[in-house]
Amino acid sequence: MSFIPPIDDFPILAKPVNGKRLAYLDSAASAQKPKAVLDAMTEFATTDYSNVHRGVHHLAARATERYEAARVDVAHFLNAKSSDEIIFTKGGTESLNLVSYAFLSPRISAGDEIVLTKMEHHSNIVPWHFMRERKRAVLKWVDVREDGSVNPPAVAAAITPKTKLVAISHMSNVLGTITPLKEIIQIAHAKGVPVVVDGCQGAVHETVDVQDLDADFYAFTGHKLYGPTGIGVLYGKRAHLKTMRPFQGGGEMIGEVTEDKITYAEPPHRFEAGTPPIIEAVGLAAAIKYLKQFDRAAIKAHELDLYQYARDQVRRLKWVRVIGEAPDKGAILSFETTAMHAHDVATILDGEGVAVRAGHHCAQILMERFNVASTTRASFGLYNTREDVDALIVGLEKARSILV
Amino acid sequence: MSDMTDDSLRELYQEVILDHSKHPRHFGPLEHATHNAHGYNPLCGDRITVHLVLGADGRIAHIKFEGRGCAISQASASLMTDMLTGRTAAEAEKLMDGFLHLVKGEEGVTGLGDDDLETLQVMAGVSAFPMRVKCATLAWHTMKSALEGGSRSNEPAKTE
Repeated sequence: MSFIPPIDDFPILAKPVNGKRLAYLDSAASAQKPKAVLDAMTEFATTDYSNVHRGVHHLAARATERYEAARVDVAHFLNAKSSDEIIFTKGGTESLNLVSYAFLSPRISAGDEIVLTKMEHHSNIVPWHFMRERKRAVLKWVDVREDGSVNPPAVAAAITPKTKLVAISHMSNVLGTITPLKEIIQIAHAKGVPVVVDGCQGAVHETVDVQDLDADFYAFTGHKLYGPTGIGVLYGKRAHLKTMRPFQGGGEMIGEVTEDKITYAEPPHRFEAGTPPIIEAVGLAAAIKYLKQFDRAAIKAHELDLYQYARDQVRRLKWVRVIGEAPDKGAILSFETTAMHAHDVATILDGEGVAVRAGHHCAQILMERFNVASTTRASFGLYNTREDVDALIVGLEKARSILV
Repeated sequence: MSDMTDDSLRELYQEVILDHSKHPRHFGPLEHATHNAHGYNPLCGDRITVHLVLGADGRIAHIKFEGRGCAISQASASLMTDMLTGRTAAEAEKLMDGFLHLVKGEEGVTGLGDDDLETLQVMAGVSAFPMRVKCATLAWHTMKSALEGGSRSNEPAKTE
């Protein structure tokens, strides 16, 4: 294994938790930040900061340059055709809501359908429920297989002439399943249906090429990508963005405002009302730059090695049931523990310095599908090591000894 | 938050708690219940239903609960059914308020009698785990809602 986890880049990992070495296994919820990101934000805020686009003064020009440069970095990161196709939002959730309000809402009527899978995160469910409530649209749920994988023909079967959108995640935050996106997008496009991708996990663990995928929209968030909170991205094909009305109204998204008439700015600024997350955009660009110094495939191999190492060990524990073993999956290990509730397990793991997520992971429909109330989830980032997994296993044995 | 120690973990998961969670008292449906309420913790998805019979004498004659949840929430519910049976609604109310203070670490202001305080002491360890307080209070909030006529409301009781 050529990849060496750059632990020293992440100051928080050196701080003990509950008197123990921290094993941070909750990166799917939010990743820790490398010093490079924190430093870039401080450097920007202490040298070039101002509001963007409006002022004519020196700092306004510098800040605007940095903010727009971040947009170009994101465009390269996703291999978008143009940085005009990159909208900064406050997170993945806002990105998906933007698609719901500004793209889908004017195009959908009573009885029209939205196709989504049972493994979606609530942020890729609730905006479509809004369309059900407000426009009387119908949600069509595509089941996942028992191993957690997505079956493209099942998606194809769910699409009808009434389907207006397919909403699907690139990678499940619970099962780790990686969706055969390209195939699904081809299927949808063959039937004239656009596809919005929730890439909040996918953008972190997979190399994304929105042109190759031919995705209509691709949403992700900064804080899971080792960047700051408060910033997300929506990629949208230029042809779509041009036709979309604004999402929110305010400063910076206008062309001209008079007493009885208003025109709107061109995309992407049309969709960025108000002062955007400027420092966060610089932080996100720094996170992308930080990731670029590594071979992404090597990071993925490292994370998968940890996942498999962890999975093999928990499998030996007879009282653990792993949920989500799709052939193509990323480094997320969700499991149920016999006679122990996930919250009790997580509390005891915390006492060992092991941070995991326990609960329904904002995926209640998936929990229902697998007939579990909650699971414990260990998720891996580039800074994790086998030592972290060992701490997890020791913690699980301890939970068993205390609780059962 | 102060560091969690093995001692605080052992106090949280002491024998009495584990016994209640593994063998919950008064678990199951209750026929002829006069009051019912559903409780739901949206953070973890745990659900509970509390049924009770309020007698003509104004005392709680029977309590039962159903649902699934973590050891803390199950034990807390079980303990609650033990403690509130036979009390008047007003007495139950006072005990419930005292319990909520106790698990939030406000031991000095529980207003509980010595006997009740002693029995409930097993739950006091929860106060060292702020993220788990809601697990302990779910059943009690649901009980409150039931006594306040939760059976007529479709909204489940929350831990807020």
